[in-house]
Amino acid sequence: MKFSIYRYDPDQDAKPYMQDYELEDNKIEHGMMLLDALLLLKEQDQSLSFRRSCQEGVCGSDGMNINGRNGLACITTLDELKQPVEIRPLPGMPVVRDLVVDLSQFYKQYRTVKPYLTNDEPVPEVERLQTPEQREQLDGLYECILCACCSTSCPSFWWNPDKFLGPAALLQSWRFLADSRDQATEQRLNDLEGPFRLFRCHTIMNCVEVCPKGLNPTRAIGHIKALMVKRSL
Amino acid sequence: MSSIPKRSFDTLIIGAGGGGLRAALQLSQADARVAVVSKVFPTRSHTVAAQGGVNAALANVVPDNWHWHMFDTVKGSDYLGDQDAIEYMCRAAPRVVYELEHFGVPFSRLDSGRIYQRAFGGQSRNFGGDQAARTCAAADRTGHAILHSLYQQNIRAKTHFFDEYFAIDLIKDQDGYFLGALAIEIATGEPILIEAKTTLLATGGAGQLFRTNTNALVNTGDGMAMALRAGIPLQDMEFFQFHPTGIAGKGMLITEGVRGEGGYLINSDGERFMERYAPNAKDLASRDVVSRAIATEVREGRGVGPNKDHVLLKLDHLGADIVKKRLPGIRDTVMTFLHIDPAETPIPVFPTAHYTMGGIPTDRYGQVVVPVQQGAEEPVPGLYSVGECACVSVHGANRLGGNSLLDILVFGRAAANHIIGHLSEQHYHRPIPDGACDTAMARLERWNRQGKGESVPALRKELAKVMEDHCSVFRNEEVLQQGKDKVLDIRERIRDAYIDDYSQVFNTARIEAMELENLVEIGVATVASALERTESRGAHSRIDYPERDDARWMRHSLFSLDGDKMDYKPVRMKPLTVDSFPPKKRTY
Repeated sequence: MKFSIYRYDPDQDAKPYMQDYELEDNKIEHGMMLLDALLLLKEQDQSLSFRRSCQEGVCGSDGMNINGRNGLACITTLDELKQPVEIRPLPGMPVVRDLVVDLSQFYKQYRTVKPYLTNDEPVPEVERLQTPEQREQLDGLYECILCACCSTSCPSFWWNPDKFLGPAALLQSWRFLADSRDQATEQRLNDLEGPFRLFRCHTIMNCVEVCPKGLNPTRAIGHIKALMVKRSL
Repeated sequence: MSSIPKRSFDTLIIGAGGGGLRAALQLSQADARVAVVSKVFPTRSHTVAAQGGVNAALANVVPDNWHWHMFDTVKGSDYLGDQDAIEYMCRAAPRVVYELEHFGVPFSRLDSGRIYQRAFGGQSRNFGGDQAARTCAAADRTGHAILHSLYQQNIRAKTHFFDEYFAIDLIKDQDGYFLGALAIEIATGEPILIEAKTTLLATGGAGQLFRTNTNALVNTGDGMAMALRAGIPLQDMEFFQFHPTGIAGKGMLITEGVRGEGGYLINSDGERFMERYAPNAKDLASRDVVSRAIATEVREGRGVGPNKDHVLLKLDHLGADIVKKRLPGIRDTVMTFLHIDPAETPIPVFPTAHYTMGGIPTDRYGQVVVPVQQGAEEPVPGLYSVGECACVSVHGANRLGGNSLLDILVFGRAAANHIIGHLSEQHYHRPIPDGACDTAMARLERWNRQGKGESVPALRKELAKVMEDHCSVFRNEEVLQQGKDKVLDIRERIRDAYIDDYSQVFNTARIEAMELENLVEIGVATVASALERTESRGAHSRIDYPERDDARWMRHSLFSLDGDKMDYKPVRMKPLTVDSFPPKKRTY
């Protein structure tokens, strides 16, 4: 099986280039994932650098651009991929080396939405109550693994990574706005005012298209916008 | 020495999983200056993969109390757990779970609005009576929910993070005080000395020792190996948990919650075979019991599949609604990796390396403790450890499902509280002696020169294969002795191993080489401890010594790197306030 992989080591390379790799067919087992292939390629060429950890789509380390589409290598099956498989780092982020990108800006935007439960009432001795229906509002939101596939596929985030918060951070914003236990709604909405932070979303929906966990940031952003409108009336 | 940049904190925490983050939060909230060093971004730590839940006797579903939880944990440990620590943990459990809820963890809910709790293995009411429902769950993504919430609360508390820094070794002075650690920034390859009045190791387990495992690739036992190299013994390393239900041949974890929700195991005859091995608890017996039962079914020819090498986990009778609502992550995983829907088709499963019961010996405050000459054990000044890398010991010879998330929360918090007390007395950093970083720097620099031997990835594969072949569910002297010889041989060959990446920028080959050095030490500790223990207890099952031998072996093992020596210490049988649970025959 043939691969074409983005290579760049600022220590040694003047500029990035694409390198061809080949994996012998006898090494490929049925149902193998792209990450398995990358690990085998790394045995051939230890200098190939990428992040990985859980190998089952829950840690969010191995987000990359696979044949033009962002995804997690560990849950992308080889049989679904056209050859040569073209693998590039997540787009729009500074490249540290090979498939490793600098996600500082992505994490900064995450922190910007104050992604933590805020409730100023005295802490009860037991749990705060929440009905199953209230809890269900968090499904499709809390499962985010911060892999950055969505934000780095978003043209609005590419143009304004410092001003537009991007789909991942906004999904988290809605995760807390939607939580019956959270009391910071006003503050959260105030923080999202202005033309960029929230409203740069033009519902292009690349985020929904690529999310490896099947989440829908565009819908979450829609909910926030609706809440903003409702508040201004 | 002077050329290495230095940063100073009150406390250095190595590892950003649940244990490290729970401790960090407690310390940051107490205005201590905390640095958390992690080789991956915190939410990539392996706590994220915990599925089924965390045990606490909240009694939200059926009557429950901490004392029953304590009994189950002592029995589950096959009486090797320390009963003072177990009492402490079970009493603290409701409180730490309520705290998590207040931190924002999106627990599943009952109609009453209270936290959802499910049945899990080894749980009983009234000291061995009916099945309890003690495991607090956020669907089957409890670890993810907890880890993200803890990270979020640490953002709020302004904890200082060193993300993607790899700790190489601990630093100590001639008096044995621990002073911090040498680490490198993975992105640049730059070394950094992080000086601290107290250092907390929370680096997780070493599941990568075994070829087929449920663990993340980062679970290489770095903290345990650092402790070994610093002269600390490792405790009870022969007890490695094989989870009964990893996906056969692949290893992805299928939570015990599947059986807690009503799923059960069948063999090639379609028989619900656990009824023979554990007439009362059946599929919810302790993990060691279920793993042995599966291995036995397969050995006796009742395995399923073309090679008759696994059994089936059946949950199609639960209905698609329950599967989607209570086990959505499992359904995703099975559909992704096996292309079947578990709501319709049973899952092929086999016991899979899962959890390191042993680790760095600590007391219930998280202080690392070592025997002093022939006398009683004493705390090591400035060094703490919590979570899977530590051995308190609350899990003894076999951990109960749902007790590992509890362990990291209770002892992460307890260690932080103890550190806060310590910091109030120790106002200044002790001086760092000249040359204190030399050994650690040499360890890093060794990988800058060309080796003439074998490649690191090949040796890592070989080690995992040897451990799987020689130190698995069933063991005997001959197989263990061969295993020990082979692991010792691999340890020698690593000295000449090579990597072919000499870049300073995000050099993962070099990190993997240092991980292999860590793994092999833990491999030696595991087989050496297993070879010496001539009895069967909990997860350590010797075919040549099939019975538990309390007279000789009701004691903890201690493996030291110095001469690969074994030592032993007594089990703490006396709880804090209640009567001791004396050893009894263990049936489920």
